[in-house]
Amino acid sequence: MSVFCEVPQGAPVAVFKLTQDFNNDQFPNKVNLGVGAYRTDEGKPWVLPVVKKVEKIIVHDDRLNHEYLPILGLPEFRSSSSKIVLGDDSPAIREDRVGGVQCLGGTGALKIGAEFLRRFYNGNNNTKTPVYVSAPTWENHNAVFSSAGFEDVRPYKYWDAQKRGLDLSGFLRDLESCPERSIFVLHACAHNPTGTDPTQEQWKQIAEVMMRRKLFVFFDSAYQGFASGNLEKDAWAVRYFVSMGIEMFCAQSFSKNFGLYNERVGNLTIVARDADNLKRVLSQMEKIVRTTWSNPPSQGARVVAVTLSSPELFSEWKDNVKTMADRVLLMRAQLKAKLQALGTPGTWDHITDQIGMFSFTGLNAKQVEYMVKEKHIYLMASGRINMCGLTSKNIDYVAESIHEAVTKVQ
Amino acid sequence: MALLKSNKVIHCLGNISPALGALSSRNSSWWGGVQMGPPDPILGVTEAFKRDTNPKKMNLGVGAYRDDQGKPFVLSCVRKAEALIAAKQLDKEYLPIGGLGEFTKACAQLALGPDSEVLKSGRSITVQTISGTGSLRIGGNYLARFHAGPHDVYLPKPSWGNHTPIFRDAGMQLKAYRYYDPSTCGFDFKGALDDITKIPEKSVIVLHACAHNPTGVDPRPEQWKEIADIVKKRNLLVFFDMAYQGFASGDIDRDAWAVRHFIEAGHNIVLSQSFAKNMGLYGERVGGFTVVCSDAEEAKRVESQLKILIRPIYSNPPLNGARIASTILSTPELRSIWLEEVHGMANRIIKMREQLVAGLKQQGSSHNWQHVIDQIGMFCFTGLKPEQVERLTKEFSVYMTKDGRISMAGVTSGNVGYLAEAIHAVTK
Repeated sequence: MSVFCEVPQGAPVAVFKLTQDFNNDQFPNKVNLGVGAYRTDEGKPWVLPVVKKVEKIIVHDDRLNHEYLPILGLPEFRSSSSKIVLGDDSPAIREDRVGGVQCLGGTGALKIGAEFLRRFYNGNNNTKTPVYVSAPTWENHNAVFSSAGFEDVRPYKYWDAQKRGLDLSGFLRDLESCPERSIFVLHACAHNPTGTDPTQEQWKQIAEVMMRRKLFVFFDSAYQGFASGNLEKDAWAVRYFVSMGIEMFCAQSFSKNFGLYNERVGNLTIVARDADNLKRVLSQMEKIVRTTWSNPPSQGARVVAVTLSSPELFSEWKDNVKTMADRVLLMRAQLKAKLQALGTPGTWDHITDQIGMFSFTGLNAKQVEYMVKEKHIYLMASGRINMCGLTSKNIDYVAESIHEAVTKVQ
Repeated sequence: MALLKSNKVIHCLGNISPALGALSSRNSSWWGGVQMGPPDPILGVTEAFKRDTNPKKMNLGVGAYRDDQGKPFVLSCVRKAEALIAAKQLDKEYLPIGGLGEFTKACAQLALGPDSEVLKSGRSITVQTISGTGSLRIGGNYLARFHAGPHDVYLPKPSWGNHTPIFRDAGMQLKAYRYYDPSTCGFDFKGALDDITKIPEKSVIVLHACAHNPTGVDPRPEQWKEIADIVKKRNLLVFFDMAYQGFASGDIDRDAWAVRHFIEAGHNIVLSQSFAKNMGLYGERVGGFTVVCSDAEEAKRVESQLKILIRPIYSNPPLNGARIASTILSTPELRSIWLEEVHGMANRIIKMREQLVAGLKQQGSSHNWQHVIDQIGMFCFTGLKPEQVERLTKEFSVYMTKDGRISMAGVTSGNVGYLAEAIHAVTK
């Protein structure tokens, strides 16, 4: 009699199941608009040229070995990562109140931050502190916080399906009415899955309420540079909040902007009131990391650290990032133009108003089903498409299929 | 508003008095109540070692292999594998949640043996994990969620320091069974059996597959057989921790003997593996977690649940190290080089043990140091008392943990004589 005979079959993660189905599909003109990874115009993954260069440097450097990194990670990686999001000239960094914890991707950074908050925020081990995530949000946000022990993970209003844009008044209302000290997960830029970000003015309003109501700011920054093509622009919201004196966490991912998906490169940036608070926080972060993965993987962090610390390589990286961002912008412009040319019912401005990898097309579940089953175009049930899946070769087919779905299926 | 005002007052006062200033910063920070975490004992040893200016200083706290020059050792099979991999120009797409398929397959085969009935029948699942720690944590989380028996994990006394907080954070309770006998510096076989016999049914028992950490004391095969019997009678869930396969005796099959015996004896074990030491892939974080199930269908269900546990922690594992390990294991030429190199590492350790004991005899020590040779793996429980350890550190700049544990990896032919001298001096 097995101890595990009662273990039920768990549901697969939707986005990976989608890719699995896509892979199994024999249709020659199939298109994968599901999982969030960059693709070239040939529909291929892209290892950034600067990454290839740096990996060669690393593999030929005989001084390097595979020894353990410190628990909190590679020091040069941690500091250059925090600099990237907060800015070289960040007063918070100058004041020694910024720290980083190298983590396994953005997910890992969210996880370590969540574990810390559960233990030490709003009392000790307070699992009842509400955690707010946007409606909708990246599907793993919920699980990260609930698996860290938080019992109350709730949505805050964000996406207005009617007008296909930000529901700012709903968002602000939730900020005003939520329990004090609630934790809010904010997308720094290129909101996943809607691609809809607050404007600078809107961010200012959000920050004002959050400060006044003592809400905890937890930024998720997975697309810095990738959204607009400009690192500073994409970090504006984070830097604004820091300039207002707010203590916060920012989970950074280098999966997309460095194309280092499978090396799991992330950083949890901590902005504290001062160096003393920071020191104590980092000492407790160490304890959490030690029982989760002991110390983080070195390869990816080395690539990032080497790149960010060399002016030449840094410049090359920025170019590579701009290449990716520009291709996405081009696909957005072209998709909208084609839908307009086809006379597809509805307005399609949101395709170019939205930013980053994803677009919330507005297609409903039935229309999505049509796209997948009839047209072999794979997208999330929410209507989210990955713009990177579009290429000059398939964009006509996709535009026509969207047109069909919208006109045939209600 | 009042709070803001009073903060301003405190802040001004803080300009006058540092203590009040600290009060201000703590009050105005979310983290004012966060205590400084206790310092890591082993890290403390290394810090002190670094500060020491004695040219003869020795760091015997380090838990990583060093060559005879005291330097980190990158295996040549690893370098060769890296070159092969670099030439392939592979992409960096996300791995599946459960990790690199070629790796998990090779990882399971390494532990269970190529002829394993378990592998042939497909009744096990192996997921790639963040080295040994990540594997133990996923295992702990899995048991906390799905284990139908008591959530008590029985560790040998003593065990690796991190076992306890890992299982605790995973949501399990910790208990212990006797293991190390300080009077013999050996295995307390009778004590272990006595304790294991009393463990409540369906509890979880952690066994170190080989090269017990921190004592270096392993059961002999006949003893393992008896343990397997008692554990079976008590219907306990066996959780093997195998961090040193190949590294202990130099022979990968010999080091996996206990794991394989338990499986043959009918235990459906769970197993953590690490490639940190035996492939020198420490910082690449290469490991595996295996659950042996009743059948392939159950294995599929267990796999689906492991994925659900992994996803909210780090989504999917890092590729680099797993690819290196899998390349080595599945490329015949690299695999034989690896077997030689791991044999070489184990041999150097064994030689250092022998030289240390010879050195102590030469110094005229009247104590019985046989345990230094009988113990196996990276660590040696010398039997030294805290006062003796302190003298070793203060008078000879030999650094080790207070429990008298030394890492043989820190011993070289160049310093073993000095070590023998020092140990003799504090024990004569």
